[in-house]
Amino acid sequence: MTLPPKDPRPAISRRDLLKTAGAAGAAALIPDAVGAVTEEAPALAPLLAGPMTNLTASETEILSAMVDRLIPTDELGSGALDAGVLQYIDRALSEAESDAAEAYRSGLAALDQYSRYSRGGPFIDLSTVDQDSALIDVQIGAATGAGAGFVGSSASFFNMVKSHTWQGMFGDPKYGGNVDFAGWDLINYPGIRLAVSPEDQRSLEADQLERARRSAYDFGLFE
Amino acid sequence: MPTQLGETDVVIVGMGAAGGVAAYPLAEAGLNVVGLEAGTWLDQRDFAPDEIRNNYRDWPMLVKKTELERPTSRATSATTATRVGSHPMMNAVGGTTLHYWAQSWRLNPWDFSVVTETARRYGASRIPAGSTVEDWPFGYDELEPYYDRVEREVGISGQAGNVRGDIDLRGNRFEGPRQREFPMPPLRWTAFHDRMAAAARTLGWGPFPGPAAVNSEAYDNRPGCGYHGFCNKGGCPVNAKNATHITTIPRAVDTGNLKVVTRAHVTTLEVGSDGRVSGVNYVVGGNEYFQPARVVLVASYTYENVRLLLLSKSRAYPDGLSNNHGQVGRHYFSHYTGGGVGALFPYDLKAWYGLPAQGVAVDDWADDNFDHSDYDFIGGGNLWVMSDRRPISAAGMNTYGRSRNWGSSWKRFIRENSDRSHGSYIQKTTLPYEDNYLDLDPQVTDPLGFPVIRITGRYMDNERAIGAFTQDRMEEWYREAGAVEVNRGGLGNAMGASTHAYGGTRMGDDAETNVADRWGFSHEAPNLGVLGASVMGTSGAHNPTLTSQALAWRTAEHLVDNWGDIAE
Repeated sequence: MTLPPKDPRPAISRRDLLKTAGAAGAAALIPDAVGAVTEEAPALAPLLAGPMTNLTASETEILSAMVDRLIPTDELGSGALDAGVLQYIDRALSEAESDAAEAYRSGLAALDQYSRYSRGGPFIDLSTVDQDSALIDVQIGAATGAGAGFVGSSASFFNMVKSHTWQGMFGDPKYGGNVDFAGWDLINYPGIRLAVSPEDQRSLEADQLERARRSAYDFGLFE
Repeated sequence: MPTQLGETDVVIVGMGAAGGVAAYPLAEAGLNVVGLEAGTWLDQRDFAPDEIRNNYRDWPMLVKKTELERPTSRATSATTATRVGSHPMMNAVGGTTLHYWAQSWRLNPWDFSVVTETARRYGASRIPAGSTVEDWPFGYDELEPYYDRVEREVGISGQAGNVRGDIDLRGNRFEGPRQREFPMPPLRWTAFHDRMAAAARTLGWGPFPGPAAVNSEAYDNRPGCGYHGFCNKGGCPVNAKNATHITTIPRAVDTGNLKVVTRAHVTTLEVGSDGRVSGVNYVVGGNEYFQPARVVLVASYTYENVRLLLLSKSRAYPDGLSNNHGQVGRHYFSHYTGGGVGALFPYDLKAWYGLPAQGVAVDDWADDNFDHSDYDFIGGGNLWVMSDRRPISAAGMNTYGRSRNWGSSWKRFIRENSDRSHGSYIQKTTLPYEDNYLDLDPQVTDPLGFPVIRITGRYMDNERAIGAFTQDRMEEWYREAGAVEVNRGGLGNAMGASTHAYGGTRMGDDAETNVADRWGFSHEAPNLGVLGASVMGTSGAHNPTLTSQALAWRTAEHLVDNWGDIAE
């Protein structure tokens, strides 16, 4: 993982950028701002792809902050935002996961409500420590009830977002996530091959098999 | 009014694992066969190694008949049934053989005579209370020639352990005698498989490679397996998985005697005043058809076989076709494969490229292969160490309490451990019980307004005791191979919907307790045959597909040999 080059201009914090993206739509981010990102925040490129189709600006902002805690960008490299998880989820809500749109709508509002109620502020303004502890409550179902408005157990909302985040991070890039094979690199997946010979397997066992970085659809064989 | 079609000799409802096999001997014998299939033809272009599409989005290009007919499920008749989340089977020409694991086992001889053998060795009181288990109407030897035939026609790779009584310790020493070797050698092993096999030998067990409906080398003009890693719920992009849509079905079509009708949604079977089945009603794209036939074979999945019979009410069969003895839906059970064991190793398994049918089996603790005198159960489990790893599921692995399952600490964990976990697959002897059955749900219907199947079933003490016992054996095995963490799944007791669903139209000589006779034909409606695991009365500790295919071939051959008697 190579971080973006440092820039002498005044730094804009990651949180400010997320808020900007949320408030005015990601398209409002001017390219200049990218160069101003500090080492703390190399994850904004996906946000520049444009506004979301299914998520509102405020939902985008809360979901961004959430998936950024689930798979953060850190010394081990790219996180969910770099890998295009937001784009994956937004697109999935138009396609295979259209039934989940309402669960996102109500769940993200409930997460924010729960943050205000239990941690004294909107989710995106919480410290990462508080964000994590709020998310743990949501994950284990402890945020259920409490006036937050989760439909059913808060755990089912958490599990849904986590499942989609993992799909976006580790699934085929065709669906908009796993940008630059960030997810596959994280887990050292050696890549898609249609035929793995005994020699290939032996090379893999000797840590000598070259990583194949391609989508299944790059073979040109599949519809 | 439905469109009346011209009469045919045989209609097969469902062109999947069983119907897709039976069609071939029938067509080859010159009978005119119509195969009605709810799904469509799919081919290699549809089989991308794409985990999102295969494992999370459930093949969006499919006809979703099964999905719209998902059963409801409850543990006992005292509880309320709820709809199962998804249907485990798929609609397509070839059925679920397109994306199944393709483990292709024969049953053990003991599985055919559980009652007699248990009484002989331990006393009749050892049959679990409440079980309705019976011996099969015939033994392993009767089915052996059909196993042999199907192994060649479909294409099965494996290592024989018993050829005409000669034991070969490279294979399963406990298997029934087979007349010859497999048509192909077994799928290869990885270094991890070698390591697990060595650990099993250290424990005094007999590890061996399992049988698979997957080419280990070129066979039938198709290539050997590419081990690409997406076989679990994935179709094969190189046609090395021997699904019936590329094996027996095209051969049957080539005779000129099989007509496959796709997108055909069968609703009911019609019965004449003589109590014989007269044909099948089906719908294609909103248009209704009646296909008259001299013989009808139902070969949809267990849930749908039972449902079709229960929905087909007539003057002759007021409670459903072939149900005048109240046996349709009884003796239902699904294979107990829960109570799994997972392990974490301190080394990479290099398991990214492989398939669930590739691996190391141990049968020392299956069936009656060990003395049960000091145990409180009969039967046992097959321990199966396979390869099955894909990126999304690998990243979702159990963290064994060593990390939260998200966040930066999880990233460190997964970077080190994504290729270090293993989950075993343990299939256990499961018996039918009086309290477990299928019937029509009184409330939930499919989009056409027909009730869906309701599953009432739970695993009983015998199954749970096997579960705990085999978990002990599996943990021993993992520890011997160096596992640093071992995790046991709970021994839950509700059955739910399963890919291994048995019974409901059980086969046996006694018409009071069985729907089908020893040939797979109805005791009540003589020109109705039943194909699939719904005729099986025991599960053994091994996958059902090869047995249901051998039975299907045998039923088809019986029909050919007795055409005059059965078809009139």
